[in-house]
Amino acid sequence: MKSLLNFLVRTHFLLLFILIEIFSISLLVNNNSFQRSRMVNISREFSGNYHRKLADLKEYFELRDINQQLVEENTRLLNILESTYKSDEIFFRNVTDTIYNQRYFYTPARVVNNSVNKMHNFITLNKGKEQGIKPDMAVVSNGSVVGVVKGVSENFATVISLLNLDFKISAKVKKNGYFGSLSWDGKDYQKAVLNEIPLHADIQVGDTIITSGFSSIYPEGILIGYIENFEELSGSFYTIYVRLSTDFKRLNYVNVIGNLTQNEIIDLEQEATKNND
Amino acid sequence: MIKTVPRYLLNFILLVLLQVFVLNNIQFSGYINPYIYVVFILTLPFETPKWLLLVLAFLMGISIDIFSNTPGMHSSATVFMAFLRPFVLKIIAPRDGYEPETYPQLRYYGGNWFLKYSSILVFAHHLFLFYIEVFRFSDFFATLLRAVLSSSFSIVLILIGQYFFRKDTKRR
Repeated sequence: MKSLLNFLVRTHFLLLFILIEIFSISLLVNNNSFQRSRMVNISREFSGNYHRKLADLKEYFELRDINQQLVEENTRLLNILESTYKSDEIFFRNVTDTIYNQRYFYTPARVVNNSVNKMHNFITLNKGKEQGIKPDMAVVSNGSVVGVVKGVSENFATVISLLNLDFKISAKVKKNGYFGSLSWDGKDYQKAVLNEIPLHADIQVGDTIITSGFSSIYPEGILIGYIENFEELSGSFYTIYVRLSTDFKRLNYVNVIGNLTQNEIIDLEQEATKNND
Repeated sequence: MIKTVPRYLLNFILLVLLQVFVLNNIQFSGYINPYIYVVFILTLPFETPKWLLLVLAFLMGISIDIFSNTPGMHSSATVFMAFLRPFVLKIIAPRDGYEPETYPQLRYYGGNWFLKYSSILVFAHHLFLFYIEVFRFSDFFATLLRAVLSSSFSIVLILIGQYFFRKDTKRR
């Protein structure tokens, strides 16, 4: 017994090191997956408040850019306004009342914390449960993909950025509809990689890549980026490098897209797989 | 000894704030991200008990982690660095040992010694941190490059900080 105590006293430094290191790494591993919200939830509310104050401050320096973006957005919206088009009232036409068929709704939110230089980047938004944000909602900025809401607290939400090694999205080539899965390779914050496009597909540098709408998260046809180059690395698939249309370094305002039919789709799909078994 | 406690406490808070609010927002070209909060562990007194070193390193790391949404990442790297500290101090000790009433800082042992001391430990810390962040050994050299670039940037910042505070004490 005495020699055991002696041993413990002699090696306490190494033992304590191993103990703390195991504790830290288990923290890291347990919390690194999609479901790590528990512990982060508490600190999110706390640190979110500080990040918001910081973002308020930073906003002043970016006012010029934001104004510029708003002007561009306004011009674009004015251009698609009905009144800018020639009236064609002489023709009869069917009117579909789309309000009854509304499938997606948009909520604006502000980015209060963001990074592009890690392997697993997350974005914090200033809206949360109380503003109707739920996990698994899509996030877009100026009509192009940003990420997916991962967890929410009362007033803040954490978003898995597209710039995250865990993030995967179903994407397709706009002109011919070939679809594959798009993810980030952790190297350049302006580029992502699109896989699983077969070699017989006709693709060119500069082709537009959009979301496929196969998941219940993203609507179809949201812009992701443009093909920068592509190569045949292995087997029967292209590896396509996509220049992202979102500039993650100057993300300010985003829209969160809620899918009103998401539960219905998921229920249906689960039922179908259950019946299959 | 007891007098130094409030000073290190203040040091701790200031470094966490500086790291979280200023340096975490510096992102040069997606590669360089300085982490200078480790200077807290570097400058602890020579007589600090070894177990306290590890505990303080863990507290420092976990407070950075809370703010950067990465529980366990910074704390494991900082604890690793604190573990190496006594060995590094022993290896690079001056010929007649460390004098009492001094601290492992630039103003006591000179720029050369401090550069050696801080670069070994800061590089070890960054290497550990970046590899545990990626959590895989593919892209080995890209990660190594990030660690080298970021740690040289951190070391420069730490040296600048040390010179800055050296002047401060002379004036007093």
